[in-house]
Amino acid sequence: MRFQHQHASHCESGVMSSLLRHHGLALSEPMAFGLASALAFAYLPFIRLNGLPLIAYRMPPGAIVRALDRGLDLGVRFETFRSPDAGMARLDALLDEGKVVGLQTSIYWLPYIPPDLRFHFNAHNLLVYGREGDEYLVSDPVAETPVRCARQDLQKARFAKGVLAPKGRLYYLTRPPPAGDWRALGRRALARTAHIMLHTPLPLVGVRGIRWLARAVERLGCAEDDGAAKLYIGHIVRMQEEIGTGGAGFRFIYAAFLQELAATTGYGPLEALAARLVEIGDEWQQFAFAAAKMIKRRIAFEPPALAARLRDIASREQRFFADLNQARLAWAL
Amino acid sequence: MRERDVPQEGNATLAGHRKAVYAVGEDGKLRVVPSRGWEVEEVVTRQAVEDLERRAREARSPLEYHMYRARMDIAMLAGAVGIWRWRLRRHLRPQVFARLPLRWRRRYAEALGIAVEALARVD
Repeated sequence: MRFQHQHASHCESGVMSSLLRHHGLALSEPMAFGLASALAFAYLPFIRLNGLPLIAYRMPPGAIVRALDRGLDLGVRFETFRSPDAGMARLDALLDEGKVVGLQTSIYWLPYIPPDLRFHFNAHNLLVYGREGDEYLVSDPVAETPVRCARQDLQKARFAKGVLAPKGRLYYLTRPPPAGDWRALGRRALARTAHIMLHTPLPLVGVRGIRWLARAVERLGCAEDDGAAKLYIGHIVRMQEEIGTGGAGFRFIYAAFLQELAATTGYGPLEALAARLVEIGDEWQQFAFAAAKMIKRRIAFEPPALAARLRDIASREQRFFADLNQARLAWAL
Repeated sequence: MRERDVPQEGNATLAGHRKAVYAVGEDGKLRVVPSRGWEVEEVVTRQAVEDLERRAREARSPLEYHMYRARMDIAMLAGAVGIWRWRLRRHLRPQVFARLPLRWRRRYAEALGIAVEALARVD
């Protein structure tokens, strides 16, 4: 079967959606994202990126592939390699077998990514569906069309070192995916996400993590020429809008998932919850908009005002996920 | 976000690419809409890139310059080369870098994705 590229807003859910569709199971990107319970929030000040804290709006890399593998019983096989040569040879062998192969790569070394977006992020997922000589045919979900990547560049991207080093990780399906029981999978996924957002014991994760971030933002200096404070604010927005998301920290994708789950299973209450999550996503965007205006000095630089917005979002999300959990409990099997 | 509100502001950092975002269409359903970018993203991306460019300009040694040019920091480059951070910090000092043996220069050049000769130059 000819492989079909699909433009997606997040790399990992996009890869899984394309891979499953290629193997005959039509699963949209939002469904892949939602069924894997990929939505989250985490503020991790002890992990530093260029001196700034890690702020994540979703589960750690690899979680989507693993959760779908477990939930749908896909028999995904992962392989990592010590030597780049062995890793490239294995990729070639799999492609010769006609397999479509998922790769974990560093986005920095991929030449087709616009230069300004190439940062050292080691868990960018993409699919390789063929090879012509020394050029690989790549379906990168965040690119609009299929692209090509030279062997040398791909090797560098697969064997980048550092945090989350991919070690040449590749993965592929070993059996045709069975049709899922969307109702049972959906209920379980909703329970997991509500639990992560509301009841993670660590105060840095979920709704409490948003409040913790708000407190850190509040403590920033208000001085107009405080470059460090502005970088911090810009960093939050960049993590939210730019790093592998469809905007608003993945809230819109999850809303699309709720809508689609409602349509597939006929469980109506999810429809209204999706609309509420879209509003929360809009609030996240307004936060980003206000932050950018402050960075550009179009309005006064006031971190406490941004902190207040974050607190408002936190309480909205708290109510939202509590109601989501109630809707899940009321969902008769 | 409504479909008609999806930003199409021709973001320079996207270099002509379009990214997929989810937005609510006329029928109330969320779907993928390609976006030419949002000024907000451009502001924060340029801010991050410019900060690295500034650090590169203020670098004391060619190695430090190339480290920031490659968008790395001390933790990242030390990890990529496989040495302790204090050791890299020492190598970043101009006097130490000037005397750095060729095999070390090779390791750094490899990790930074540049030629060994380029490592000694600041362009």
